[in-house]
Formats: sequence, C-alpha cells, structure tokens
Amino acid sequence: MKKLHYSELWCSSPRYWGGLALLAFIIALGLGSAYYMEHHGHWVTGMSNQVVWGLPHVFAIFLIVAASGALNVASIGSVFGGPMYKPLGRFSALLAIGLLAGGLVVLLLDLGRPDRLIVAMTKYNFKSIFAWNILLYTGFFAIVGVYIWTMIDRTVNKHYKMVGFAAFFWRLALTTGTGSIFGFLVAREAYDTAILAPMFIIMSFSFGLAFFILALISAYWWAGRQLGELRLTKLKNLLGVFIGAVLYFTLVYHLTNLYITAKHGVEAFVLLNGGIYPVMFWLGQILIGSIIPLFLIYSPAFSKSRFVISVASVLVLIGGFFQVYVIVIGGQAYPMSLFPGKEVLESSFYDGVVASYVPTLPEAMLGIGGIAVAMALVAIGSRMLKVLPESLEDPEDECA
Amino acid sequence: MRSSTGIKRIITGLIPGGLLAVLSMGVMSEPATVGVVTPGSKAASSEACVAPTEEMRRNHMDYLKHDRIEVVYKGIRDTEFGLSSCVECHAAKDDKGGYLPINGKGQFCDSCHEYVAVSLPCFQCHRKTPAEQGASGDSAMTGSNPHRLGLLQSGGGQLTLSADELRRLHVMTLEK
Amino acid sequence: MGKHDDQLDMKRREFIGKTVLAAGAATVAPGILLTVARAANETRGVTSAVRWGMLIDTNKCADDCTACVDACNKENGIDLVQRPEGASDADWNAQRPQWIRKVKLRDMATQVVTTLPMMCQHCEYPPCVDVCPTGASFKRADGIVMVDRHICIGCRYCMMACPYKARSFIHQNVENQLVAVPRGKGCVESCNFCVQRIDAGNTTTACQEACDKAGHKAILFGDLKDPESEITRAFKTHNSRQIRAELKLNTGVRYIDV
Ligand code: SF4
Ligand code: SF4
Repeated sequence: MKKLHYSELWCSSPRYWGGLALLAFIIALGLGSAYYMEHHGHWVTGMSNQVVWGLPHVFAIFLIVAASGALNVASIGSVFGGPMYKPLGRFSALLAIGLLAGGLVVLLLDLGRPDRLIVAMTKYNFKSIFAWNILLYTGFFAIVGVYIWTMIDRTVNKHYKMVGFAAFFWRLALTTGTGSIFGFLVAREAYDTAILAPMFIIMSFSFGLAFFILALISAYWWAGRQLGELRLTKLKNLLGVFIGAVLYFTLVYHLTNLYITAKHGVEAFVLLNGGIYPVMFWLGQILIGSIIPLFLIYSPAFSKSRFVISVASVLVLIGGFFQVYVIVIGGQAYPMSLFPGKEVLESSFYDGVVASYVPTLPEAMLGIGGIAVAMALVAIGSRMLKVLPESLEDPEDECA
Repeated sequence: MRSSTGIKRIITGLIPGGLLAVLSMGVMSEPATVGVVTPGSKAASSEACVAPTEEMRRNHMDYLKHDRIEVVYKGIRDTEFGLSSCVECHAAKDDKGGYLPINGKGQFCDSCHEYVAVSLPCFQCHRKTPAEQGASGDSAMTGSNPHRLGLLQSGGGQLTLSADELRRLHVMTLEK
Repeated sequence: MGKHDDQLDMKRREFIGKTVLAAGAATVAPGILLTVARAANETRGVTSAVRWGMLIDTNKCADDCTACVDACNKENGIDLVQRPEGASDADWNAQRPQWIRKVKLRDMATQVVTTLPMMCQHCEYPPCVDVCPTGASFKRADGIVMVDRHICIGCRYCMMACPYKARSFIHQNVENQLVAVPRGKGCVESCNFCVQRIDAGNTTTACQEACDKAGHKAILFGDLKDPESEITRAFKTHNSRQIRAELKLNTGVRYIDV
C-alpha cells in the first residue's frame, strides 16, 4: 500500500474563494434573519404558543444528528479497523465538528434570549436532558478536536485508538441525548416512546454519511484531487445499508405506536389524515428519502456515476429533513388530549384542534445559514489542517 | 441583569481600581446632588439613598441581585433594595410632569451604564417609570386588595394614601 | 405508589401556615399592616407548610362568563401585550399570552356540555421544571410553579413538556409593565396563582375574586395542607379529579365534574 500524504486543501482557485464568498453571503443572510427575529420578537415567525419549536429547530436537530453520524467514517476506521475508511477519518471528524457547530448556532440564535448564552452555559438543572445535551455538545467538540489532533500529530498518535473509542461512545451518547429531548416528553403522544433515541442514532448514521459523501466529493472537486472509485462505492453501499436501517426503525416505531390503541389518533394523523404531514412522510421521507436513493444506489446501471451518488445523497438529506420535520412539527401540531372522551367545542387556546404552522422566510434563512456555517467551517478547516489525503486513488492491492 | 453584573465584575477585575478611581473622583469633585442624582427626581430632594451613595454606586448590582432572589424564590417582597425602589426615587419628570424612562438616554441608570459600557437589560422586563396612579394597567397595584402592604416599597400606591403620604411612609421605614 | 396516588397531601403541619394566614387575615388599616408585614419578616418568606391549590366546580362555571380571564389579564398585565401591527387574527390568537383560558367541552357519550377555566395546574411533580435547562422554571416551597425570568433563556422546552398547554411565550416587546409583574420579550410565563398577591398576604387569586364577584363562586383557592381551610373541607365533601391523572403529577388544581 502506498504511503498516504495529507495536505491542506491549498487551492487559490476561484472555485474555492467563490464558494467561500457564497457561504459567507448565506451566513450573513442567516444572521440578519436572526437579528430580525430577535429584534421584533418571535411574532414575525410562524411559531406560536401552539407550535413552539419551528423550522429552526428542524434544521438544528437535523444538523446535530448528522454531525454525530458524520463521525461514523472515522469510527469505522479506528474502532472497527476498516483500512479503507482510515484515510478519511480526519475529514470525517472535521465535518462532524462543523455540522455540530452549524446546528448549535441555529439553536442558539432561535432562543428567546440568545443574549443569555452565559446563563445557559453556567446554570445547569441536571434533571434536564437539555442541560445534559449542552454538556454533551461541548464535550463532543473537545473530544473530536483531540481526535483530529491524535490523527494528525505523530507525537500523540499513540493515543489515537483510545481517543477514537472515546469519541465513538461520546457520539452515541450525544445522539441518544438528542433523541431523548423528545423521548421524555410524556405530554405529547407522538414523542412519548423509548424507541426515539435508537431511531435517532440510526438516522444519524444515514444523514451523517450522506453529508460526508457530498462533502468529500465536493472537496476533491474543489481541489482537483483524485478520488478513487472503490472507496466511493464502499461509502455508497454503506449508505444503502443505513437507509434500509432507518426504514426499518421507522416501521418499528409506527408499528409499536399502532399496537397501543391510545396512539391510533396520532398515527392516523402522521400516516393518513394529518394534511401536510402524511404527504411529507410518504412522499418526503419514504419515496424521496428512501426508495429513490435505494434504487439509485443499488441499480447496476448507475453504480459508477459520481453524479448519481451525489443525487442519492442529496435525496437522503431531503428525506431526512422531512423526517425530522414530521417528528418535530407534526408531533406538536397534533392536539394533546386533555379531556379524553370529550370534544372541545370552544377554546381561545386551540385546545383539541390541530395547530397550524406556516414557516416564514427568516426562519428558513436562519436554518440555511446554519448549514452554511457548517460548510464554511469545513472549507476553512480543510484549508488550514492536513485532513485530506492528497490522493485517494484506489489502492492497487485489495484491502477491504 | 446577570450578564451585566458578570461583565461588571470582569471589568472591575481587569482594571482593578481603575474604574473605582474614576467613580470616586466623581464623588469627590461633585456635591452629592449635582450630576449624580437626576434633577427633578424624588431622590434629588431626599437626604440619602438606602445605603451610602458610594456603596450604592459600587455594589448596587449585588444588592439588587440579593433582593431579586429573595423576591423570586422566597416570596419576600418587602425588600429594601428592590429595583422598583430605584425607579420610584430616581426617575425624572419631563416638562409636562410625566415620568421619563429611567433607562432613557442620559437618565439615571443609562448615564452611568453608558459610561462604563455595561448593558442594562433590566428594563426589558421591569417597568421603567414609577407606577402612576390611575394609569391603565396599574389598578392591579392598587385595586381592591387591602393587603398591598408587602409591596409598599415596591412602589405600589394605596387607595387610602396619597402618593406623597406613601412616599413619606417609605422614607420613614427606610430610616428606621 | 404512596406519594403518587390521587390523594392530595393533607399533612397537618399547620402551624406556620396558620400564622401566615393570620397575618393575611389581618385586614386592617395600612398603618397597622405595616407592623404586620415587618413582623412577618421574622418568618421570612414562603414555607412548605403551605401548599396552594385550587378547586374548580365546573357545575358553577357559567358558559358565557369570562370574569376570571379578564381579572387575570388585569391583575397580571397580560393585556399589556398588544397585538403587533401587521399580525393576522390567527397569528395573534396563537401567539398572545394566555395564563388562564375558558374551555368548553361536550361529552361524546352523554352530550353534556361543560365549561371550565384551564391554567397552570401547579403540579407537584412538574414536567416543566424537570426539563428546564437552566432551572428558571421552579416550584416554590409553597407549591407555586413559576418562571424566574432572570435566567429563562427562552428555549421553550418547558412548553413542549407541559401536558396542559399552560405556558405562553412572549413573542414581542412589552412596555409599561406593572411594577409587581415584570415581564418581557423572549421569556416564558404562566399562571403563578397571583404570587404577588399571595406574598402580600392575600388569600385569594384575582380569578377567584372575580368569579365570586360575578356570583358564580366556581373557583376556590386555598391551602391544601391546612385541614381547616375551606378548600380542604370542600375536597372531603366533593368528588374531584385532576386532569390527565394518568400522568401522576399530583396537580394542585382539581376539578369537580369533568
Ligand atoms: S401545568 Fe404545566 S406549567 Fe404548570 S406546573 Fe404543570 S407542567 Fe408546569
Ligand atoms: S423557556 Fe425558560 S423556563 Fe422554559 S425551559 Fe427554557 S429556560 Fe426554562
């Protein structure tokens, strides 16, 4: 096997700078939107006392979940000893940090009082999953940071395995924590189930890998470096497995809910008669996010096409986004049953009726801004650190 | 308010004495009522604040925070150093006799906070002017409830007392 | 599940509770009250010997009456939050804060129609407090659940967690707040049993006072731990229940005939 050389993504091409300028522009728009929302208050958004978490939270949770999944490639390399994946470890860790930062920025800027960041960082209620998550996120940055360091710096390389394990378990904890934000909400029928946490882990595998494939292809395109077929095929096949796993967990999730008679209402809402949500579920998550990508990935006709692999990854991300949307927004829109056996005739507070939520432009801009933050961090990071191998040509000797 | 005290501490910590020197110079060079207390406010005509002026300048945020915890968590509302007392005493009036917001440009709170560049978020939630009798929305402070006493120092008016009588009572209590 | 069953805590630790009530009952001239308040300083603040609670008789709650809601709006300055220019009806209704609301129900089997006021149920095991990351949502010693606005970061996780939709987020700037009820953009709030009245020694909430005044007497507020209080006695003679009892939150607000 050839010796690998890592180097910074050193290209002065207009491709790089243009791309970065575009990202900066999107980030500026996102910040502007956040300022607009904070300045006027949240009434300028579609969020209300009925749907309290809106589009920004969909973006944030999506990014945070994807972040821990993006670390997967590094974990396979170090924890499970996959030699094909090992050269990709550094980039995978960098992407994980970027995505997490992007998600957190969105989450933070959507707070009612973002100026109280210091309060959030210094006052903890240890009964709160949310507080635990703040610690998990901070720890994730630290551990993955060290992880990259052990991968890059030869002098500390002996700790690489250990840190790799730590990072692996930390990321599992992180996604479990993110899933538990919802899993422990006894108040809302759609959430009150333990399967949400493992489901979030599987979702993270799939979203994270899709992000990784896209980022890898674009980085090598930006830099004009070589990216071998074989490696991409491996990643692609792995993505297929993860998509299948998410589908399976979705099935189990809905089957368990259907088994519980009390939850038939909320199930029917998400699967059949909930207006936009069943459409998002069937069309968004199942068709666009799972079936078409599976077809693209496994159909022999396209198996080598880089373009098709990218399209499949994008579709997985779109589907995943809809999945998170249905979980976050759909779960809130479905009315809580305060008075079983009774119908609500009148209420000034929308008791017993499906809450409506129409996202507004600033919310969307803030969320997209978060994605841009993630991408920009990765772009800058790979220019400053030696995270990408100069060439990822397929090795001559087979070593899978 | 939290962050402002935090920042305040950092500032005093970073430049030990520097800020205090500036402030105490102010004390020495100016008589207590000029340039410190807003002219036209109640405080201008009363003899002393709830603590020596210098003490208040330096530590009012700690007093406020202490009493904020008493009020919010322990329900002790007849505290001595509540924010509403500051507003009650230090808010100035405009030409027409209406109260000016205490955090307004150049007003009591703002003038100092602006000078030391410490943010002043208290009044995003707290009322910026003393409660005005008869103004809409203030009835809750005075209305049919005879037990308002605990709020006496929070600036609440009572139907049976005129604003002036109340003020005198207030000063009396503080003196004791 | 001893602690968790549907029984209210009727422990007879009445001593301090009574002194507090006695101080409150001393409805005399302000001059005298002054001394009362200062004497009360000795006990300093809320005590767990008291648990505030409420019993709502839905039979007495009148269909088209909103006296409690109006009184709450006034007492706590809820109506100081004005509809922002350019907000649609639907948006405004979904976004404006409501600490107490009237709900009208029809039983699907018997067709019986009931109306009742809904507000924070002041859970003994409040999910909102459990989830709050900063500890801004908290339960006072006397059972009142409220938000410390100084450390609320506006994450709305408590609103996600509350099983009664009792909480509101302030979606816009607020001006001219009441001195006793500071509130502002970006924080979450909910019914706090008129805590400013209680702390001042009052023993009724604004909603109860208004309901009584309107002649309905559907709301009864009082100390659940005082065996002599009207509310404790009413609990013994009436069949009441908590809403969403299956969550075992041991709410402080109970309803008759829902
Ligand atoms: S009703 Fe809701 S807001 Fe009130 S204590 Fe219970 S969970 Fe908290
Ligand atoms: S919105 Fe405020 S009170 Fe509610 S959970 Fe967040 S910090 Fe706590």
